[in-house]
Amino acid sequence: MICPDAPVLLEIRDLQAAVDDQPILKGVNLTIRAGEIHAVMGRNGSGKSTLSKVLAGHPAYTVTGGSVHYRGDDLLDLAPEQRARIGLFLGFQYPVEIPGVSNLEFLRVATNARRSEGGLEELDTFAFEDLVRERLEVVKMDPAFLERSVNEGFSGGEKKRNEILQMALLEPLVAILDETDSGLDIDALRIVAGGVNQLASPENATLLITHYQRLLDLITPDYVHVMAAGRILRSGGRELALELERTGYDWVDQELERFAAEGQQTGRAPLEVG
Amino acid sequence: MSTATVGDLVSQPYKYGFVTDIETDKIAKGLDEDVVRLISAKKSEPPFLLNFRLKAFRQWQQMREPDWAQLGYPAIDYQDMVYYAAPRQQAKKASLDEVDPKLLETFEKLGIPLSEQKRLSNVAVDAVFDSVSIATTFREQLAEHGVIFCSISEAVKEHPDLIEKYLGTVVPGNDNFFAALNSAVFSDGSFVFIPKGVACPMELSTYFRINSGDTGQFERTLIVAEEGASVSYLEGCTAPMFDTNQLHAAVVELVALDDATIKYSTVQNWYAGDENGVGGIYNFVTKRGQCRGDRSKISWTQVETGSAITWKYPSCVLQGEDSVGEFYSVALTNNRQQADTGTKMVHVGPRTRSTIVSKGISAGHSSNSYRGLVQIGPKAQGARNYSQCDSMLIGDQAAANTYPYIRCQQPDAAIEHEASTCRISADQLFYLQSRGIGFEEAVSMMVSGFCRDVFNQLPLEFAAEADKLLALKLEGSVG
Repeated sequence: MICPDAPVLLEIRDLQAAVDDQPILKGVNLTIRAGEIHAVMGRNGSGKSTLSKVLAGHPAYTVTGGSVHYRGDDLLDLAPEQRARIGLFLGFQYPVEIPGVSNLEFLRVATNARRSEGGLEELDTFAFEDLVRERLEVVKMDPAFLERSVNEGFSGGEKKRNEILQMALLEPLVAILDETDSGLDIDALRIVAGGVNQLASPENATLLITHYQRLLDLITPDYVHVMAAGRILRSGGRELALELERTGYDWVDQELERFAAEGQQTGRAPLEVG
Repeated sequence: MSTATVGDLVSQPYKYGFVTDIETDKIAKGLDEDVVRLISAKKSEPPFLLNFRLKAFRQWQQMREPDWAQLGYPAIDYQDMVYYAAPRQQAKKASLDEVDPKLLETFEKLGIPLSEQKRLSNVAVDAVFDSVSIATTFREQLAEHGVIFCSISEAVKEHPDLIEKYLGTVVPGNDNFFAALNSAVFSDGSFVFIPKGVACPMELSTYFRINSGDTGQFERTLIVAEEGASVSYLEGCTAPMFDTNQLHAAVVELVALDDATIKYSTVQNWYAGDENGVGGIYNFVTKRGQCRGDRSKISWTQVETGSAITWKYPSCVLQGEDSVGEFYSVALTNNRQQADTGTKMVHVGPRTRSTIVSKGISAGHSSNSYRGLVQIGPKAQGARNYSQCDSMLIGDQAAANTYPYIRCQQPDAAIEHEASTCRISADQLFYLQSRGIGFEEAVSMMVSGFCRDVFNQLPLEFAAEADKLLALKLEGSVG
């Protein structure tokens, strides 16, 4: 849903970031308003995943320039846990296994951390149990997964469902889903995409990071951005994703060469969105 | 943004490090036969006990301090310490109201309220301060069930026959260097006797507090469960912070007759020394249980978080047919702490079974070794053992070692050993953080998850305590 008058949730300006002194993001600009679904596409190494990790506050990445504002406040100042508590969510491409930590307990602690930040009372084990059983429906997940350790021994599809379950419980305002479609068979993909669609509302926004059109067949983006070499090279509507599907990424290389020839250093995308 | 590393997290101030200012009756430093006689005389002991002490002392003089453990420490000067110290007060008080308020206050500060109105409702406590027991709660109520729970000194006076019958029968006076030393100079400790067919109606607990700076602590605990009896016992330990090292060499003996069950849990939180390894307790402890009777069961659960040096192998001798031994251990080392700990399961009788679950967590520059022996004798047909040894490393300066020894003389036995090593990874922490869980809580969730199998074995009242203790140990200066 394109909502030019809706409040801005995330405002990324000229964001630059490095890992191990190696610059990865070289000036990313992106504005996300409530109610919108954005898709960021691009090849491996274009900086898509780095963008998601920098937004979530991964300690391995250093922000070297630019700014990110979340509902008007500086996001980059906050610890990762604080970003989560105020409503930013990152769905991981490779969710880690945490042996010994019960999934149910983990979900409860996380949910309560978010709730108390929002001034809601914390849920006890019984109240939480009711909530989690209701939200399991969103991803059609077997309650048996609650009794296991976080992601331990889960298949790729189960891990991704567990990510969407967390999203359903935390009710983020901005959900960034990093390659949520990778490693999923078509049935799992439908369930995960169905969950994301169900959770999308006029109050929140979703940022999908993906390689492929197939996820976008199931979740219709309002905006599509193509990343290359640490920048957003081009932005458009969903037809851009379809064009990519048709023509591949070769034009991206040509465009990059053209940029280099023009000596463009600002990193501004040719087309601004928002 | 949080810049703390896991390494920063694992240091916390030791909150039990205070010294109680109380007048003590101390003997002069040094150890010879006269000191052994003096200790025995101070406690007005019967001749059999003095003989036990003297025999052990003479054997100790012939023995060498063991050096096979993965531990490094400067030589201990056994002549440079005090072997007996007691708060100066008359014989043990009949009523708690007469106990020196400073002592009551000390235990209050340690979270062990002894006064009537504040007692833990279902736990009887024996409080040992330096070398003597100062109070035992719920004695009368226990006596109604025939359960004897008192200090070992009192037991020597009131039940000398039981002491003579059982003392030194599980850990002989010459068992090893530290056990021999303890047998010669032991001061106090707890005695528990559960008569035939009685299930002890409440948890029993002894709380050991070292107060003096230059005093060795040598307590001796003896627990006997007669046929069909059962008991759950917990010990806790703390000590003030000194920049010198104090020696703690205890002996614990457990005897389980036919169908008896003894569950022995320890939450050890002696002072561990500072971050440079200055000060702290040297903990050289011999703990052994004997499943003498058929179908008897002895279970050790330990949570080891303190001490500069830990040398400790709570063991089970499985003599009775179908007897069961268990060992569940969490050992956390940080800074310069060194721990060499594990168990021995000696299968003598047929169809004996043992389970070992050991969880070692090493942080800072510490060293944490598991050392365990599973021995299956020629008569132990159908014996079974399962061992699981897991190590968790925090930071990149800590060491974890596993030394399992298996000796099997019975072709029919089944022995399983599993071991793993893991590390708390930055990605796991980030994952939890990205769900709104703070850094410290994330570490503590992972550590207590790692220890869950062991914590589940602790008496309910103390499982939460142990969880909290580990969390405290891992609490630090997160900015």
